Order: sequence, then structure tokens, then C-alpha cells
Amino acid sequence: MIRVAADTAPDARRRGGPADREGLLTWVFLLPSVVYLTALVVLPLALAVALALSGVTATAPAYRFTGAGEFASALGEGAFWRALGDTLLFTAVSTVLVVLCGQVLAHVLLARFRGRWLVRPLVLLPWTTPAALSATSWRWLLDSADSPAGWLTRALGVPDGAWHTRPAVAMGAVVAVHVWRLTPLAAVVMAAGLTAIPRDVRDAARVDGAGAARRALEVTLPLALPSIAVAALVTAVLTCADVTVVAVLTHGGPGGATQTLATLAYTRGAEGGALGQGAAIAVLLLPLPLAGATGLFRVVRRRAER
Amino acid sequence: MKVVEVRGLVKVYEGPGKKHVRALDGVDLATARSECLVLLGPPGSGKTTLLRTIAGLESPTHGEVHLGGHLVNGLPPRIRRVGLVVPSYALYPHKTVRGNIEFPLKAEHTPRAMRERKARWAADLLGIPHLLGRRPGRLSVDERRRVALARALAREPAVLLLDEPLSGVDARLRAAARDELRSLQRRLGTAMICVTDDQAEAMGLGDRVAVLDAGRLRQVGTPQDLYDEPVDTFVATLIGTPPMNLVPRGDRLIGFRPEHLLPAEEIPPEGRVTMPLRIDRIEYLSGDRHVYGSVARIGQETRVIARLPATMTTPLAGGQTREFAVPGDRLRFFDAEYGNRTAPVRIGG
Repeated sequence: MIRVAADTAPDARRRGGPADREGLLTWVFLLPSVVYLTALVVLPLALAVALALSGVTATAPAYRFTGAGEFASALGEGAFWRALGDTLLFTAVSTVLVVLCGQVLAHVLLARFRGRWLVRPLVLLPWTTPAALSATSWRWLLDSADSPAGWLTRALGVPDGAWHTRPAVAMGAVVAVHVWRLTPLAAVVMAAGLTAIPRDVRDAARVDGAGAARRALEVTLPLALPSIAVAALVTAVLTCADVTVVAVLTHGGPGGATQTLATLAYTRGAEGGALGQGAAIAVLLLPLPLAGATGLFRVVRRRAER
Repeated sequence: MKVVEVRGLVKVYEGPGKKHVRALDGVDLATARSECLVLLGPPGSGKTTLLRTIAGLESPTHGEVHLGGHLVNGLPPRIRRVGLVVPSYALYPHKTVRGNIEFPLKAEHTPRAMRERKARWAADLLGIPHLLGRRPGRLSVDERRRVALARALAREPAVLLLDEPLSGVDARLRAAARDELRSLQRRLGTAMICVTDDQAEAMGLGDRVAVLDAGRLRQVGTPQDLYDEPVDTFVATLIGTPPMNLVPRGDRLIGFRPEHLLPAEEIPPEGRVTMPLRIDRIEYLSGDRHVYGSVARIGQETRVIARLPATMTTPLAGGQTREFAVPGDRLRFFDAEYGNRTAPVRIGG
């Protein structure tokens, strides 16, 4: 009896190995993400701010501190404010449409029907295709006289071609391609949210006598709201920071009608060589997604806490 | 008039790999006004499927569902006017307790003032008026159960369908919750169909109990019927704690309840059947003694349990072999192969 007790007593002489020390483990597990965030988020951001505070151009790459000069000149420019307005419009319209179409597509993804094994990957295709490639295809579709769009517009009696010479049509085209591209992502996010609604709760609504409209508005929608908010946020951030679609489709034209802050920063900084100015515009774009993100997360968290 | 009646109900699910599962296999059952009918059976016996079919959440493969004398096959759940409570309680997490209780009334377009009055009435009935402003996330399991019941009762359904209504209740409070549910149902006079896999709950709750196994009804009757006159060994061993003892003898099984197997001297000699009981051990449970051992002579040697009431103080100890007996009219006989009830056979002694 006594020997058994001695064997099972904790061995005071042995200390735990490194894996037993929780303080150390915390840092070991945190390190990769700290390194990642520093190298790929904090440093580039700091670099962008540093660039924005200089007048560096491609032809005069030497760093010279110019203070807030680039910011001031950007804010004093009509093109900047116009691009800001376009960014807001473009982001808002795209996000609303993506959420609406995504919600429909989410139900398609969840529906049980013959051949859904084929439809599901097809639905995701627009998102998985590289943006530059798909935007080019769209440009051909919209542009060329032999394309379906050209044929359709002619059939409808619209004056031929030249859709990108009319600001509203050009903007519509950019929005349409964006919606087409981002809807699958939003659909997947929202489908996940829909499957998370307990079947019991949906059954209860049916037994409680609610018709389809009441079930959708009073049960499904409120319970799916967190996933809708996440889908909207992701869409908005991806839209307002996107360069590719505008660059390929309209290059900001006609006459800057589709120029967003992101494409303006790209045009000035990368194409025009005014690195400092491009960086300043990009830094000024930053508060937009940031404000959207914090606002949405606050709403979602408040709902979750209730 | 029958409040709920099902005829020849069959429900076949297509399981994985094109395998067909007969969840319900020809069920005929009816319940009268202000009756509490309990569906009892092991998990997977089809109880919940039967309940959901009555509610309209599942459609039967064959057979008919009648509510209040009307055939309701194919009608959606929302016009059946049944109250349903499921084990998870399925409350709307984004609505307050008031919003939850009022939801079925709102769906019926009940005017606001009436809605508020009925919600208040249902909340008072279940003792939860102080919770009306809260959300389900902040409620205890018992409070959620009350809200679910209030929601099901608010529009005064013709029948209340309860799936495991007491499963979430703390074991110590279960008897009280059962009693409360029963008196509530008596007061309202609403027909009630409950599903449970707990035989004690079924016997305590039901006016009648329907025993289901593998989608078929084994027996329907009052708790006393089921306990005293089980139609087969399935019902005999499902009901009662400890269950009925079954001793093989030839092509028969001799069944007797533990409380009828008593020391021989406690039973009047005429008509009794005696047997030696080799005692292994004794459990002392709520005053009764449960004697575990094995009997011989009346049939194959079999492990049995005898339950001696607290009033019987006969000294017994493990390792002894004592003469025990069962009154002859307490013996039940079953077919050894099929388990169904058979005519009595004479046993000497």
C-alpha cells in the first residue's frame, strides 16, 4: 500500500519540459502571425506612409521629406474628389447588388436538385478566374462588334458600339463585371450562414403558421444577418480597393468617369511615376474600408451579445 | 370525435446508398379530446417521425392523417393549427420571449390587443410573465421549455405535440415538471401527444401509452394495461424498473414482475409457484430491497431480480439459497421464439 502511494505521488524533482511552460508556448504559437503581420502589413503600410510624405518620383528616386505636401495637393485636386465620389458610388452599388445576387445564389448552392454537382463548381467559376483574364473577356464581350453585347445593343436600336464613351454606361459595365466576379464569394459566405440556422427553428416557424414571406423576413433574414454583414464587408473592401477591373475594362475613362481612388493611385504612382502622390492617394483611401469594417463588426457583435 | 387519427401510416426514407428505411410501418392510432397519449419506444422506433407527420413537417409515404375529422394529407403545417415543442425548444433567438409567444398569433393576423392578451395569458399559465422582455439566450433550460410551451399554447391549438418535453429538465425536478404539465393539460382540456423513450415518464404522464418498435405499434393501452398485461416480451421488458423477469421453459417464457417474486412464506400457499432463489447480492433502493440471484426448477436456470417492499423485513443475505414464490395469477406466458403472449401452462409446485 505504502509503495503504491509513493509511486503515484507527484515527482517533485522532475521539472516539466519546455512544452509544459505555457508562457513560452504562447509566444511560440504567436510568433508566426506576429512576423507575418509585421512583414506584410505593418512594414508596407509604413513604407506607403513614408512615400506619401516624400516627393519621390520614378525619375527622382532620392528620398526627400516634404511633409504633408502630397496629401495637400491630392486633397486640392478635383480629380481626387471625383474619384472619391466614384469610389463610394461604385462600392455601394456593387455591394448591394452582390449581396442580393449572392443571396439568390446561396439558395441555389443549398438547394437539392439533379445536376447540382455540376452547378456548384460552375457557380464558383467567376471568382476563381483571375480578374485580369475575366475582365479582358468581358472587354471583348462588350467591345467587339461581333460580340453578344454588340449584337444585343444593335438589336435594341441603341447606337452602335462606343459604350465606353458614355460615362453612365461605362460605370454600369464596371459595376456589372464586379458583381459578376464577387457574387460567388458572397454566395458561399452567405450559404454558410444559412446552413447555420437550426432546422428546428425553421420547422417551428412553419408549424407556428408563418407563410413563406413571414418566414423569410422574420426568421431567416434576422438569423442570416451576421453572415450577410460579413459578405457585404468583404465585398465592399474588395471592391473599393480593386484596380484590375477598371484598369482593363475602361482604364478610368471616359474622361475619368470610372476612375476610383485605387485606380487613381495606381495610375499616378505606378504608371505616371509619381510614387509619392500615388502613395498619398492610397493612404487617403485607407479609412474607407477601415471605417466600414469596424462599423459592421460593431453591429454584428452587438446583435450577438443580445 | 377523434382529435387526431392516423390510419395505415407508412413513412419510408431513402437512406444513404439507396437503402430504404421504414420509419413508420403501418401505424393506426387515434386520440380523443382532452386525452394525453404518450408514444413510447427506443431511439429510432419512429416516435418522432410520427409526431412530425402529424404536424405536417413530414409527409407520409402511405396512409392518412386526420385532424378534427378532416383529412390533412398534403396540407402544409401552418394551416393544421397544432402546437409543437421539440427537444431543442427551437425558440427564435432574435426575438424576445414576448415576440416568440406572439409569433404564431401574428401569423394568424390576430389584432395587436388580442395578441398581447393571449401572450400574457400563456405566460401567466406557465409562470413566466417576468421573462416577457428577455431574449432566449439569457434563459435557463427550464425557462426556455416554459417559453416553448407558452408559444405552442398561445393560439389554443387543437392538439399539443410534445417531443421529449422533459428531456432537458434536471432529474430532481422532473417529477414536479411532469405533474405541472399534466395539471396544465387537464385544466386546458387540450389533447396532447407526447414522445419519450423513458418508460417511467410515459407511465406517469399518459392516460394511454402507445409502445412503438421499429415503426410498428406493439401495444396501446392505459399504463396499468401495459404493466399488467403486456402483449409481448418487448413491452414486458421495456416497462417497469427493474423489468419483468423471463424464465425459459421449453418453448415458452415464464414472466413475472420483480415485486411478485417474494419469499415463499409471504405468499398464500394456494396457487403459488415456488422456486429456489440463489441470492448473489442485494441492493437497497428507496427502502425496497432488490435481490439479484438466479432461480431454477420452474425452467432453465435464469438470473432474476426480486423486489421486496420496505415493509417486508425477512432477513436475507448473499450466498443463501431460499425458497421464493410467485402468486399463480401473476405469471405471464410468452412464446419463446416470437415473444407474443400465449395461454398459461401448468407448472407443478
